[in-house]
Amino acid sequence: MAVFNLNINGKQQQVDVDPSTPVLWVLRDHLNLTGTKFGCGIAMCGACTIHLDGNATRSCVLPVSSIGDKQITTIEGLSEEGDHPVQQAWLEHDVPQCGYCQAGQIMSAAALLKQNPSPSDEEIENAMNGNICRCGTYVRIKQAIKSASTTN
Amino acid sequence: MTLLKTSIGRRSFLKTSALAGGGFMLSFSWLGACQTKPEDALAMPKEWFELNGYLKVGDNGVVTIMSPNPEIGQNVKTSMPMIVAEELDVDWKNVIVEQAPLNTDIFVRQLAGGSQSIRQGWKGLRMAGATARHMLREAAATTWNVPASEITTEAGMLHHKASGKSAGFGEMASAAAKLDVPKEVELKDNKDFKIIGTSRKNVDGPKIVTGKPLYGLDYRKEGMLIAMIAHAPAFGMKLKSVDDTEARSMPGIKDVFTIKSYEDDYPRQWCDVSSFPELVVVVGNSTWEVMNARKALKLEWEQFSDHSQTVSNFQGGSNDVKVPAGLENSAKHMQMMAQYATKSGKVVRKDGDPAKAFKNAAKVIERTYTAPFLAHNTMEPMNFFAHVTDDKAELVGPIQTPEFMEKSVSARIGLPLEKIDIQMSRMGGGFGRRLYGHFLVEVAVISQKMKAPVKLIYTREDDMSFGTYRPTYHAVYRAALDKDNNLVGFHVRAGGIPESPLFANRFPAGAVDNYLAEDWSIESNISVGAFRAPRSNFIAGAEQAFLDEVAEAAGKDPIDFRLDLLKRAQDNPVGENNDYEANRYAGVLELVKQKSNWGEDSSGTYRGVAAYFCHNTYVAHVLDLAMEDGKPRVQKVHCAVDCGIVVNPIAATNLCEGGSVDGIGHAMFSGLTFTDGVPDQQNFDKYRLVRHKEAPRAVDVHFVENGIDPTGLGEPPFPPVIGALANALYKATGKRQYNQPFMTEGIKLG
Repeated sequence: MAVFNLNINGKQQQVDVDPSTPVLWVLRDHLNLTGTKFGCGIAMCGACTIHLDGNATRSCVLPVSSIGDKQITTIEGLSEEGDHPVQQAWLEHDVPQCGYCQAGQIMSAAALLKQNPSPSDEEIENAMNGNICRCGTYVRIKQAIKSASTTN
Repeated sequence: MTLLKTSIGRRSFLKTSALAGGGFMLSFSWLGACQTKPEDALAMPKEWFELNGYLKVGDNGVVTIMSPNPEIGQNVKTSMPMIVAEELDVDWKNVIVEQAPLNTDIFVRQLAGGSQSIRQGWKGLRMAGATARHMLREAAATTWNVPASEITTEAGMLHHKASGKSAGFGEMASAAAKLDVPKEVELKDNKDFKIIGTSRKNVDGPKIVTGKPLYGLDYRKEGMLIAMIAHAPAFGMKLKSVDDTEARSMPGIKDVFTIKSYEDDYPRQWCDVSSFPELVVVVGNSTWEVMNARKALKLEWEQFSDHSQTVSNFQGGSNDVKVPAGLENSAKHMQMMAQYATKSGKVVRKDGDPAKAFKNAAKVIERTYTAPFLAHNTMEPMNFFAHVTDDKAELVGPIQTPEFMEKSVSARIGLPLEKIDIQMSRMGGGFGRRLYGHFLVEVAVISQKMKAPVKLIYTREDDMSFGTYRPTYHAVYRAALDKDNNLVGFHVRAGGIPESPLFANRFPAGAVDNYLAEDWSIESNISVGAFRAPRSNFIAGAEQAFLDEVAEAAGKDPIDFRLDLLKRAQDNPVGENNDYEANRYAGVLELVKQKSNWGEDSSGTYRGVAAYFCHNTYVAHVLDLAMEDGKPRVQKVHCAVDCGIVVNPIAATNLCEGGSVDGIGHAMFSGLTFTDGVPDQQNFDKYRLVRHKEAPRAVDVHFVENGIDPTGLGEPPFPPVIGALANALYKATGKRQYNQPFMTEGIKLG
């Protein structure tokens, strides 16, 4: 066990955990931030996507010991009022079915739009390809990302 | 106006009222606690008045409506309360939705399965709203001393035109709650619907996009421990020995022990499917610690011998189901299925003289179709919470069959049903997997032993290797054409491991004079269960791909070919037991033909069509496909649907989009294979699901408008799209696809 000081959603948080613990489980088990989802544990489904210094990162394979002073943003911290343009677009298009993967989808989409405010269809597909939606809401996800992009 | 007898008994109301004092609200302490916009914006009333088990009206006019059924992504948590709100005549923006508790005295069929929630809930939900509206009108009539028949309602308001009096529902709620339940109530005419048929956003949407705790896996309780299980690595094996010395000594670990989720002599319910009742359990403080300790277990397994399981049947008796010994292999499965298909099966339906028709045929077409086992792969892996004490059990989590699993838990832990409380959380997918709730029993047994609140978590590997899989299937179709290319004989012989996918009375039965349907099955120790549109999920694609090939051989347009057969089935059906309405079947084909501009030049894209009827709903697809860098990519799916009244168009459209994507994805990429009983794919590195780059670029959904009582949409859009895909692939490549998944190794067409 070791103590880690983490910057999560703009706040300093301290946890005492095994250094190999993935950030996913630090968030979910130790900090009660359950918006970040467990899907596969091997970075193949994207449900656990967070931002690490603004970049979309799979938290299920990210040891807490590797974070240092990098800033973590989770779905809970994407916006204060739940009104990030991507979140608003998701509601506008009524994207979710079961909804379980959507936090990860939203985090990937928000990171994409930050780097590329008006992505093409192909760029959207490339950026989002690591996020599986088992309900098959891909068409709406793409529509929502286009709504939230500056091309719209 | 329709008059409907209220079948909700007085007892239900009394029971609800009694609950309203305390336990009722307490049971929502978690699931109802996380309010977000727009509910936050609603001022909470000082007092609630329960008019019946489905709804309560606040003194300020805010209404809480219960959503009775489990929510797996089919959107019933929005659409079922919409139906109540319609008949209550309340403004939807003043409605708060809560997940109802499990209470089968009040709610009918609290189950997510068979696409039946809306269809079977329709009358009861309307009645609940209409009954409350009736009581509010009665209360206003007494207060104002006017006839109730003169009181109208609109958007949560009561009006008496002659006297000019008006009041909000909230003002009359207290008086209404004291009234007797009416014996019969008026239902609205369809033309007066203001909520049904209008698009209403998912009531959980704001919570989903902000990451609020909604799912079973998000649940936590003070002092809660985490548990994981280790099961046999292969179907056909059982536990031999456990060395837990190292695991026990690892940090954060509370205990390691073995359990039997089901005792050997327990008569299992249908939903108690589990190939691995004997489990090694690791319990500890946190998920990561438990995961690591589980890896340190040294477990030995051995093959079991032939045995049988007692499974109770719906008639109250029980059957002994044989579980064969052995470690099964997919290659062997394929050989065995091919072999079985050469022999006559059990005749399930025979019309006319099929043997003679085939003997005299000018042309005979025979084709064979197969599909592999599938794992459900809900994005949220199996999990459940339990806190079992000496006198009660509290369970929270994702389950499609809470009413049934309550009985299994009760039998296993020795507490009566009334001491068991199951709360339904929103589910991160169901697809049939969560009909089978062995994990509830497991966590209850673990909590009982630990004397502590416990959350059981499956990893993806646990989930994929401990499945209730879609069976592997095989179907041989034969068609006989006469010299004028009329379809004069049709023969299907279908089977699978361990069940046949056949529906003998579905189209084209009823449309062909000489028809023969046979089925067969092969025993297996691999556990299977319902998977989105059970059996239809294979047989529809096979049948619709075959009909395409027959139409081509007959030199006919594939839509006209089907419409001709359906006309025959409508005008002069063969046999009496045909499981479809030919005119509605033809209706979706005609609609999709029109909306897709079928027959016009679609330069650069290749088209396939298919239609199917299952789960009471008719769906037809036209699929446009293009080859991009040598790979097929669906450009657009045109989807025509007849599910009667569409309750919530935005969500219904979403389900049809998703069902189409899901069907295409599974047919194209997915499959679970076995080597010596071990699933070869245990995570998404090897198990392929459709991804963004492979999804259709667009899905256009069109609904038939006919005012018929609604039917479900969770399953019906899935099966036929597989046929449309196969048929479009043929147009694009000149090669027919007979074996799913169509893409081998996920990269090239088979």
